[in-house]
Amino acid sequence: MTQAASTRSWTELRPARKSAIPEGLWLRCPSCGQMIYRKQMEANLHVCPECSHHFRIGAVERVKQLADTGSFQPMFSNLRPTDPLRFKDLKAYAERLTAEQIRTGQNDAVLAGTCFIKGRPAMLTCLDLTFMMGSMGSVVGETITRSIESATEQGLPLVIVSCSGGARMQESGLSLMQMAKTSAALARLDDAGGLFISVLTDPTTGGVTASFAMLGDVIFAEPKALIGFAGPRVIQQTIRQELPEGFQRSEFLLQSGLVDRVVARQDLRSELARVIDYAGK
Amino acid sequence: MSTFYQLDFEKPIREIEQQIEAGEQAAKGPRPPDGAVAIDEGPSVDLAALREQRTRALERIYSQLSPGDVVRVARHPSRPQTRDYIQALCRDFAELHGDRRFGDDPAIVTGFGRIDSIKCLIVGHQKGRSTQEKIACHFGCAHPEGYRKALAKMQLAEKFGLPIVTLVDTPGAYPGLGAEQRGQAEAIAVNLREMSRLRTPIVSVVIGEGGSGGALGIAVSDRVAMLEFSWYSVISPEGCAAILWKQANEQTNNAAARALKLTARDNLELGIVDEVIREPLGGAHRDTAGAAANLKAWIVSQLQTLRQIPVDDLVKARYERFRRMGSFRQEDPETAQE
Repeated sequence: MTQAASTRSWTELRPARKSAIPEGLWLRCPSCGQMIYRKQMEANLHVCPECSHHFRIGAVERVKQLADTGSFQPMFSNLRPTDPLRFKDLKAYAERLTAEQIRTGQNDAVLAGTCFIKGRPAMLTCLDLTFMMGSMGSVVGETITRSIESATEQGLPLVIVSCSGGARMQESGLSLMQMAKTSAALARLDDAGGLFISVLTDPTTGGVTASFAMLGDVIFAEPKALIGFAGPRVIQQTIRQELPEGFQRSEFLLQSGLVDRVVARQDLRSELARVIDYAGK
Repeated sequence: MSTFYQLDFEKPIREIEQQIEAGEQAAKGPRPPDGAVAIDEGPSVDLAALREQRTRALERIYSQLSPGDVVRVARHPSRPQTRDYIQALCRDFAELHGDRRFGDDPAIVTGFGRIDSIKCLIVGHQKGRSTQEKIACHFGCAHPEGYRKALAKMQLAEKFGLPIVTLVDTPGAYPGLGAEQRGQAEAIAVNLREMSRLRTPIVSVVIGEGGSGGALGIAVSDRVAMLEFSWYSVISPEGCAAILWKQANEQTNNAAARALKLTARDNLELGIVDEVIREPLGGAHRDTAGAAANLKAWIVSQLQTLRQIPVDDLVKARYERFRRMGSFRQEDPETAQE
């Protein structure tokens, strides 16, 4: 990561549509600068074959990568966002939602369901960065909570893959309350002796990090993912000094004792299965 | 009174107050010299009328504050802070320091205290009054050790069967190098999870600023109230304006404050808080004792009610309180769920 990239605000890290969701056959890896064949990169789990840069992926792709083929049974997909505050900034939230729904074909920024991971039954919930930066509003919070409750009831290991800009501002206080709601549900899962593996991917920040994402019994992070509470730009503005290289990246969190392992994408499935074997019921 | 920090919209009040002060000076001023016959027609200004006028102006102005103005009142430098309320509420406050892991964060104050005759644990954000204290407290922005201290003391309260009172007053958790390195997000997350299952009553009041996760980190409670001129939201208006309006200036800050529905009344309507506690006329910064009395009345009545509830029911109800929060539509029922 260049210095410039590591100090950008996460709000600016929205994948520029041209580079991150490439249309052409070839694309330039933002990390090593090599021209890579798109199909080869995709076949490589959206990881650069040259430098192992982990491209950002949506929830559908994530589920495809983690769940045994054909085993994913979506749940809670009937929840739709509303606009309780009639929020309007430069654009109305209601319009934003509609536009995002049309663009992505999804209701909101989360996909949940039961599946098998290498033959082990699990509840798998993935945030989706492509929908409003994976931000957590009521639908995301409710879906996460229902997956936690469902995992608790069914005695299933729970895997949540996070990637999010944080709480969704357009639902203000109600978004904030999703942090308490999801964390409280995890207390019950914990009381019941259930296993929760939290997987942090690029980027996981704000209210998502400060609630369920950091509450895993075991926490994995994908290599070089930006993970933090405050965005780098906010921190830099506050402390008025350069941030060290690699600050708030997975490897930094590992060194700081905040995550259990940094796991490359190609190992994620087997590492999940391994922990489930040790800790799952 | 003359050095009193003045908010723009309080100008008319200040003008009346200056007249009152002048009138008071004149009334008790030196008698006319040389035994000259004082013109005894009473004070030249009608103080009673002016005071009445001042009351009217306060009522008028404070009944129609914009959300942006509410944020300004919530940040008023003379607004009572956690330590002011502790002093006003508690007969015998025994402060407890430190998280036993890293340090002692002065941005969160914890300790045992008696409110009326109820023994409890008090936890609150402290912004700081003097410049020195403000810097030490990072203006009320707590570090992970602050949240961990809060939780450690709350678990003490649980152990000894003491109810917990938390006072929320923070622009947000501190965004800094050390805070990130020591797990700011983890510290807050753990507080959310653990508070939800503490087996003792918890009541919280947003007394000034309720900034995001840093506020919620000590407010997963059985009852949550807001003082009339406090705010509570997922992000500060400035932060929101900078991101969604692409720039933070007075106009966009005000627009963001309005859009975020951050006032006490808004939060009451959204079901996020249970009650709005009235402030004395013209805001708590005019009358700490009055604000503290209202605060105390609410806390005591809530604790008396909560004490009657069996602890299993209490924890269950607390879960349900947060469980139902949110706004979404549910389309045709799925076969699997609901």
